[in-house]
Amino acid sequence: MAEKRIRVLVAKPGLDGHDRGAKVVARALRDAGFEVIYTGIRLTPEQIVETALQEDVNVVALSLLSGAHNTLFPEVTKLLKEKGLNDVLVIGGGVIPDADIPSLKAAGIADIYTPGTPTGKIVEFIKANVK
Amino acid sequence: MANEKLLEGLKAYNAAVEKTLAKSPERTNLEVNRLYTPLDIEKFDYETSLGFPGSYPFTRGVQPTMYRGRFWTMRMYAGFATAAESNKRYRLLLERGGSGLSCAFDLPTQIGYDSDDPIAEGEVGKVGVAIDSLEDMEVLFDQIPLGKVSTSMTINAPAAILLAMYIAVAEKQGVPADQLNGTIQNDILKEYSSRGTYIFPPGPSMRLITNIFEYCSKNVPRWNSISISGYHIREAGATAAQEIAFTIADGIAYVEAALKAGMDIDDFAGSLSFFWNAHNNVLEEVAKFRASRRVWSKLMKERFGAKKPKSQMLRVHTQTAGSMLTAQQPDNNIVRVALQTAAAVMGGTQSLHTNSKDEALALPSEASVTIALRTQQIVAEESGLADVVDPLGGSYYVEALTDKIEAECWDYIKKIDELGGAPVAIEKGYIQREIQESAYKWQMQVEKGERVIVGVNKYIDKKEVPPKDLLRVDASVGEGQKKRLAALRAKRDNAAVNAALDALEAGAKDEKVNLMPLILTAVKTYATEGEICKRLRKVFGEYKAISTL
Repeated sequence: MAEKRIRVLVAKPGLDGHDRGAKVVARALRDAGFEVIYTGIRLTPEQIVETALQEDVNVVALSLLSGAHNTLFPEVTKLLKEKGLNDVLVIGGGVIPDADIPSLKAAGIADIYTPGTPTGKIVEFIKANVK
Repeated sequence: MANEKLLEGLKAYNAAVEKTLAKSPERTNLEVNRLYTPLDIEKFDYETSLGFPGSYPFTRGVQPTMYRGRFWTMRMYAGFATAAESNKRYRLLLERGGSGLSCAFDLPTQIGYDSDDPIAEGEVGKVGVAIDSLEDMEVLFDQIPLGKVSTSMTINAPAAILLAMYIAVAEKQGVPADQLNGTIQNDILKEYSSRGTYIFPPGPSMRLITNIFEYCSKNVPRWNSISISGYHIREAGATAAQEIAFTIADGIAYVEAALKAGMDIDDFAGSLSFFWNAHNNVLEEVAKFRASRRVWSKLMKERFGAKKPKSQMLRVHTQTAGSMLTAQQPDNNIVRVALQTAAAVMGGTQSLHTNSKDEALALPSEASVTIALRTQQIVAEESGLADVVDPLGGSYYVEALTDKIEAECWDYIKKIDELGGAPVAIEKGYIQREIQESAYKWQMQVEKGERVIVGVNKYIDKKEVPPKDLLRVDASVGEGQKKRLAALRAKRDNAAVNAALDALEAGAKDEKVNLMPLILTAVKTYATEGEICKRLRKVFGEYKAISTL
């Protein structure tokens, strides 16, 4: 039997509608051989975690450009833990100042991608870190 | 045409090129011809292709003298945190020579939620100013004479509410509505396709838009009742031709909706305005502006029978391309913005916002926004680009490119017409998919190095230190807004609020009712934006996006 493909949920929490990055990343991950589910825009952290649970994903990739990442990213990791989804790898991207990255990582976001990141870097990180 | 001599010359030139190529090949990522000659614009006819500035088909510009009299309006888009802080920024920009205001609202305001709504958590005051009620709007425009400045508001789904608040603030300042100058974006179709701040489904959204057209034509005649926007379509990844094609297709849909509502084309067409992106490829952008004016004027005259020149002209606000700014080596962005500014000016824009160098990292600081404004002032006063009308008119390359972009634009318009118009094309995901395809193609070109972004995939600075002076929105803004709302709800006349909201809800159920006067009454009672939208959501329902991935 072939090895189970890595399942990734690409999600946009909050009210931000800028989805160019999320869609480009989703497509690049699909081209890299992952199973990708894209939620569309304007999801609450609860909706994202619910989808992650139902879709049995290995990775949740969050995209946010509105500046609400310090509130919404940690909310997603907190809710994932509450649902017992401890093995899900959470990564994030968007317009995120460097100064915010350490606290996001402390909150359980494994890696943060800022503008200019090649999609290949995200693919490599997922392959190396998914449990 | 007697082109024999030219053809002969070209033959000799091509032979010389072959010799040169044998020694030194050209770059492989070039998308345009090597050289443009009269042969590339054989169909060019001065009268029909260009005409004169200020007259049909407006290729060379919408005014006879363009910037020789007055420069474009230097309109800097700003807004963050509270109304008080944004008011301070507006006054700073006006004091430094800005000539118009442009309001950025936070996402809860743009999507019709009050700051104390749980869904607004973390978003209050982040990408723009938080406006919950007329009380906030009064603070936002404190000491700014609304009879003198022109104000643009980036507001779409709840445009009617913010316009009503603006009219109400002006009234308090003693300025009647017919003296007001400005623009509301009010362009819902590109929200569905590209930007995401929709609330209601297309039917009721189009009704609100035509209600505004009708109300403005009678009561706020100088107001631009819509800014049909390609900016966000381009930011989402579209090409230059797609930007103007999808936007003009949206424009057709608005015109058709207004005609269907019984309006006369020449009563509202003059208040339609557009919004373009100024991207990096300077000459392609100039051609895009010129092509867009030609396409729109032909449509208005030939398809819709508009007679007034103002109804046929595509007047445009421009913003430099945010997506082209890099987080790496952010000082380089100053140069990018200067080139984009040159493109917008040579393209003949009516107003311009220039982005700040730090916008790939955060909202702009006071210092960086000043450089962005100064960039416009330098182009206006020092470069000479503003001294002559349509300086690139007659360039073989620019004319050929203008024709090419125009042709691509007509192809898309034809295709969208065949699909049933822009709303149907969006509903089917056609426009979204076309944009996504271009965005992905762009990204892959960048990743393969076929498209160079200085500081990102070439000339990388490994020792780069991230800038420290970024603007940060205080985390307490949300809490402050919640307190203001609680105080407002305690002190206002809640019976009057509820009566106004009931009347609005009843009006919303009757398609023949123009909702603008009812919304104006409601905002004057200090009903909040969230309360008004809640009633409208109850009647209209909410839009659910389709997945196009």
